[in-house]
Amino acid sequence: MTKPHPLETRVVSRRFDQPGAHTLAGYLASDGFKALEKAFGYTPDAIIEEVKKSGLRGRGGAGFPTGMKWSFVPKQSPRAKYVLCNADESEPGTCKDRLILEYDPFAIIEGMIIAGLAIGAHRGYIYIRGEYRYLIDRMEQALQEARDAGYLGKNIRGRGFDFEIHAHTGAGAYECGEESALMESLEGKRGIPRLKPPFPAVSGYMGGPTIINNVETLASVPPIIINGGDWFAAFGPPKNGGTRLFCLSGHVNNQGVFEVPLGFPLRRMIEEMGGGMRNGAKMKALVPGGSSTPLLPADVAWNLNLDFDSVAKTGSFLGSGGIVVLDENTCMVKFALRIIQFYRHESCGWCVPCREGTSWLQASLTRVHDGGGRDADIDLMRQVSENILGRTFCALGDAAAMPTISILQHWRQEFVDHLNGKPCPYGAKTSVAAAH
Amino acid sequence: METPFSQALEERMQALMARYPARRSALVPMLIYAQDEVGHLSPAAVKRIATLLGETELAVREVIGYYSMLRTEPAGRFHVQVCTNISCLLRGGDELMEHCQHRLGIANRETTGDGVFSLEEVECLGACSWAPAVQVNYDFHQELTPERLDQVLDAYAARAKAGAQ
Repeated sequence: MTKPHPLETRVVSRRFDQPGAHTLAGYLASDGFKALEKAFGYTPDAIIEEVKKSGLRGRGGAGFPTGMKWSFVPKQSPRAKYVLCNADESEPGTCKDRLILEYDPFAIIEGMIIAGLAIGAHRGYIYIRGEYRYLIDRMEQALQEARDAGYLGKNIRGRGFDFEIHAHTGAGAYECGEESALMESLEGKRGIPRLKPPFPAVSGYMGGPTIINNVETLASVPPIIINGGDWFAAFGPPKNGGTRLFCLSGHVNNQGVFEVPLGFPLRRMIEEMGGGMRNGAKMKALVPGGSSTPLLPADVAWNLNLDFDSVAKTGSFLGSGGIVVLDENTCMVKFALRIIQFYRHESCGWCVPCREGTSWLQASLTRVHDGGGRDADIDLMRQVSENILGRTFCALGDAAAMPTISILQHWRQEFVDHLNGKPCPYGAKTSVAAAH
Repeated sequence: METPFSQALEERMQALMARYPARRSALVPMLIYAQDEVGHLSPAAVKRIATLLGETELAVREVIGYYSMLRTEPAGRFHVQVCTNISCLLRGGDELMEHCQHRLGIANRETTGDGVFSLEEVECLGACSWAPAVQVNYDFHQELTPERLDQVLDAYAARAKAGAQ
């Protein structure tokens, strides 16, 4: 259970402090399945219209408008349609879906059934990262309870609508959070991305029209249906509807996951919710939305409002909601190296710029951090990053290049300070572990 | 029917295959649950899963090679996975990894001589706001210091000892 911080606005997380909300009895006692009852009275188009009105944008990272995504699914299809829930949460800095899976699994189930009604699908899968085993078990239990009570299966609640959902475990692969790679994985293959178009709404899982949404996105649907799209939209600035879970980590006194309306000032989140910077240090840099987003220098970050459009104006992204705060004692070369180590490890190897580019960047960053760098290395790394950008099948290549470019750009001097045999000015004891 | 799996796991695999429009979709879950029971994906386990799915062993191995949680060699009874990704890095993940190496006397991806512990540096575990984090088998241990990690490892060592008696 997590108690709300006084500055929080709990919509998606409203059951996080309600004991037993993860059981069907607890869920029903707290407005559970009221949205589904209401949605049964709507036409599919009316459901999609309500979601569009809410301004809900995907909470996984890309921020695509959810209602619009749903509207792309063809009404008639010779192939079965599917609703997929992306619970492969693996973007470094992001740990919010885990809490929804833990405290409110039925909200995800209810959101998926409503999505099924909206697009005319009868089957759904929840793809949960393999490391979250206790949550996969919990979800299986919730699904069974829903099935036993007639909220899943044939003729749900006597309304003539069939819908079945299963939980599905991943097995350790960041790339499987990419929608088309997830579908490959769900088909029992290596998680390699597909060339788009066709987009999943036309041809997704098993070639059928498919919508795939993040856990938090789907869990936002029941409150939107119950209270109306306008109600949800009113929480945030225009085109940035609603509230959102932010995962605060790094050099703050109190790390935590907080739900606030979009547009909330970052400064208040750090100072009032995060208890300020740890050890009274100054902020140097900010990761605004997970490890793939360009880092921002403190002076830009300090005045940031947390909504899609405000962050986009700085050249970065609101991304997955993973906010990582770096203080003045952080070695940016080491930080860049750790990010690249991750993307090199997770690159599926399918396309050359990503596979080769991340390997070369890791080698160069390791050399620079260890003091063996040459003057030419800084521009070389920039060039390699820019040659990955926009030249890969999926966004993983961009995810590796974008933070690297931003660090090289804003903290170039730190690289210079490492060159030509100089020891790391921050006294980092070890270089990042060897590739594995 | 030759199988390295328990009756319960065989039944579970049948149920898994029935969940999807094509049984091949069940492959990754089948591999994970097989590994949980056997300890690793042994040649017999791979063969059995290939037979159940009507796929070649090569097709199954090709998938195993992609996923970082899947292994074809045994790990320790307690597999200690230390996250050193960005949020953990800023809160001492590297120090925890180093601490584990010293205490267990093994390097990354090695197993102790008695087979009780194995160690692996892993990517983000999704515990960023409770960093630094370590996962032992499927159990999360969060907001750790080297001292707290020692207590965690002590408890596992005691369990191994109790189990050996």
